[in-house]
Amino acid sequence: MKINVNGQSHEVDVAPEMPLLWVLRDELNIKGPKFGCGIAQCRACTVHLNGQPIPSCSLPVSAVGDGKITTIEGLGSPDAMSVVQAAWVEHQVAQCGYCQPGQIMTATALLSSNSNPSDDEIDTAMSANLCRCGTYPRIRAAIKTAASNIREIELSPTGATTASEGEST
Amino acid sequence: MSKLGTITRRTFLFGSVAIAGGLGFGFYKYKQPIDNPLNSDLADDSSALTPYLLIDQSGISIIVPRAEMGQGVQTTLAALVAEELDVTLEQVSVIHGPASAAYFNAAVLEEAFPFSSIDTGAMANGMRNFVHVPAKLLGLQITGGSSSVADAYEKMRVSGAAARNVLVKAAAQQLGVSTNSLRTENGSVISSNGETLSYLQLATSAAAIGPDSELQLKPKSAWKILGKSQNRIDIPAKSTGTAEFGIDVDLPNMVYASIRVNPSLGAAMNSYDASKAQGMRGVKKVVAIDNGVAVIASNTWYAFKAVNTIEFDWATADYPLDTAAHLKAVEDSFTSDNQDSQFRDDGDVEKALENADQVISAEYKVPYLAHAPLEPMNATAWLHDGKLEVWAGTQIPTQAVKEAVKITGLEPINIKIHTTLMGGSFGRRLEMDYIIQAIKVAVEMPGTPVKLTWTREEDMTHDNYRPIGMARFKAVVSDKGPTAIDFQLAGASVNASQMGRLGIPAAGPDITIVQAAWDQPYGVEHFRVTGYRVKNDFPISSWRSVGASQNGFFHESMMDEIAHSQSLDPMQMRIDSMTHEPSRKVLEAVAEISGWGTDLAEGHARGVAFSLSFGVPAAEVIEIAIIDGKVKIVNAFAAVDVGTAMDPRNVEAQVMGGLNFGLAAAIMGDININDGQIQETNFHQYRSMRFYQAPAIKVRVLENGDRVRGIGEPGTPPAAPALANAIFAATGQRIRELPLSKHIGFI
Repeated sequence: MKINVNGQSHEVDVAPEMPLLWVLRDELNIKGPKFGCGIAQCRACTVHLNGQPIPSCSLPVSAVGDGKITTIEGLGSPDAMSVVQAAWVEHQVAQCGYCQPGQIMTATALLSSNSNPSDDEIDTAMSANLCRCGTYPRIRAAIKTAASNIREIELSPTGATTASEGEST
Repeated sequence: MSKLGTITRRTFLFGSVAIAGGLGFGFYKYKQPIDNPLNSDLADDSSALTPYLLIDQSGISIIVPRAEMGQGVQTTLAALVAEELDVTLEQVSVIHGPASAAYFNAAVLEEAFPFSSIDTGAMANGMRNFVHVPAKLLGLQITGGSSSVADAYEKMRVSGAAARNVLVKAAAQQLGVSTNSLRTENGSVISSNGETLSYLQLATSAAAIGPDSELQLKPKSAWKILGKSQNRIDIPAKSTGTAEFGIDVDLPNMVYASIRVNPSLGAAMNSYDASKAQGMRGVKKVVAIDNGVAVIASNTWYAFKAVNTIEFDWATADYPLDTAAHLKAVEDSFTSDNQDSQFRDDGDVEKALENADQVISAEYKVPYLAHAPLEPMNATAWLHDGKLEVWAGTQIPTQAVKEAVKITGLEPINIKIHTTLMGGSFGRRLEMDYIIQAIKVAVEMPGTPVKLTWTREEDMTHDNYRPIGMARFKAVVSDKGPTAIDFQLAGASVNASQMGRLGIPAAGPDITIVQAAWDQPYGVEHFRVTGYRVKNDFPISSWRSVGASQNGFFHESMMDEIAHSQSLDPMQMRIDSMTHEPSRKVLEAVAEISGWGTDLAEGHARGVAFSLSFGVPAAEVIEIAIIDGKVKIVNAFAAVDVGTAMDPRNVEAQVMGGLNFGLAAAIMGDININDGQIQETNFHQYRSMRFYQAPAIKVRVLENGDRVRGIGEPGTPPAAPALANAIFAATGQRIRELPLSKHIGFI
């Protein structure tokens, strides 16, 4: 079957019930999405399916169909980070860093639909993602910085870039 | 300015770890230098100036031989070398380097001796120095005990200074000028008339020169990197999905494995039937490994799926079969024949209790806990061309070499351990189980690299757990504070369990049973602390802050009960009875930043707790709100003293993380045993703190302590008691058992 990841089409030959996470990681060598629990409890595996955050550990690859998958690699790179990734660096969020791809994907999806989230809205959006290092206070700060930067970009005359920059459409 | 004594070419590698003669044991062997492990792998145009520094034509690499588990050690330790070498962090690359005895950690063993970490008496210091000898004999390259910075503080700065020294000498020779006329800046030696030679140009000739016998380290006032917040070197990769953890290792023609091992921990496998697994899609091989079976497949998920179809006949566990029986064993251990230690016995406790009009007493309990780092246990091994390579997140790479020698029979020189980034550890990756399994699987697949990944279920149910424990106290309290305390603590020995698995003898009392209980700097006239050892074979281990993780809760709940028994302010009583100035100051600081004593909104309350662990005094205040009878944690405040903060923003991060880790366990951490097997299998049952539960945290970092300390663990112990004490302040309910959610609801 074919799947579209970060704007590229890939042919994969796997069991149709294989979770998307393991197709990405072991078949396509896309290692940003992480395995943490396998039952959608930690969301380290979060990717976007048509812009929505989903736990890739629990989605059979056959359910993806023509959907567009974006992983953390599709947001930006160390040399060209997305607004959200840059805010993560600015606030020095990561400790062990293992959950952060999932946190960044969830935050990016939140900010794509709401560039001025309240604390309650941030709580609701982010509470599915587990961080065992306890970086939550800095995640909140980074989301607020990213939101403010996104609003500035939206208001700027050229205003095309958003949090979902790099996301394949 | 710090002056180091005579340093020879060979021993400058190890900083000033010198001992003043007279120690018989192992002295000769100790004096033998350990070979620089970088020399064996060097290309002709490379120079290993010390085991911490490699300069070749591609640039300057600093070797940080400690495990990056999220604590920022790679950045902070690299900064020690960079500061003295006069390079910026941007100019260097940082690598973990090989497993080598040259990277032994002396500081980690210091906590093993019964001298309070703040005791600067001659006997205590003498023992601490002695520790450097066995640590080197063991060649233990270990990350743990919040010891990395303390261990590296001098030896890595000395390495940087020694390298700078020989680079300057090489430049002096080349330019025909005196070293006095040269200065260094940003990776170059610069002459008085502006000629500039880069370290890269000088490295080859510098490698042939010995450093001066006396080196001077920079005074703090001259520091450009240390003492200042740095951007962590690992964060850009960790923010873009490009950081390579153990689980991300990818090798040509690699295959993927998973394993199921007897869920009765340590017990045998009688038989198994893997006939279903054999024919499944993607499955390449099924192999029995000790007391379990591994499946090797073309994709991790195929291996997970196949391993779950195997039917097993497991042997029964050797330890008590359910949680109640484990707790009963703890209850029954408060007897003289189980006494393990009594490191504190001030005054006459018996008499004071006898003569008192009133004695208060209580009993406390804590459960088993899992480490549950977010990256499940995994390791990759590849047996090829008479060599074994292993990629693993491990806190003891030298131990991994030993295990590999035992399994393969290869010489250590043919075994290479690549220590990867770790997706958390909290003590879990001090164990060798997953590495041993990966090597054994690789032996079954010669020539092919195999990555073994545990399911979360395997990980949760095959941990080595924070031990279940209890404490009892009796106290006499005056209107000023406690005058007599009899404090008894019981639990199994972490040292015996953990060291036993590493094959290292752990004789004598286990200080972790009474850690952060016997050594707290409260002045109490009659004060006795007794540890009791529970004996069973259930595997336990160090869990972030080790004994302090439960004893902080016991001790500081007790202090709160003592204060309230005489209607004393729990903050003021602690401040008044502190005998250690830096400890008093962290309490005063946390009182200030938390607004202790000022009015709070209706339904809000504060609790305070203090713990001295790993030499770091830490005081925390938790502010909660009671909403519809449930607890919401609103704010948290922490003050810590690390002596000298190498990187203030990273210290703050570790305190925040440690505090949240403590709160998560206090609220809901609970591991139970039934029929010999762990009942909690994944994060839906072993729950952890979620985003909405995390308080805002304010941290103040003080520097009044006498020497540099590590901060990975000390933020954890005060969190649970500060929360429990806040619940008491809000509701009058004294909860004496963790997790707190057994007794009160949380939002």
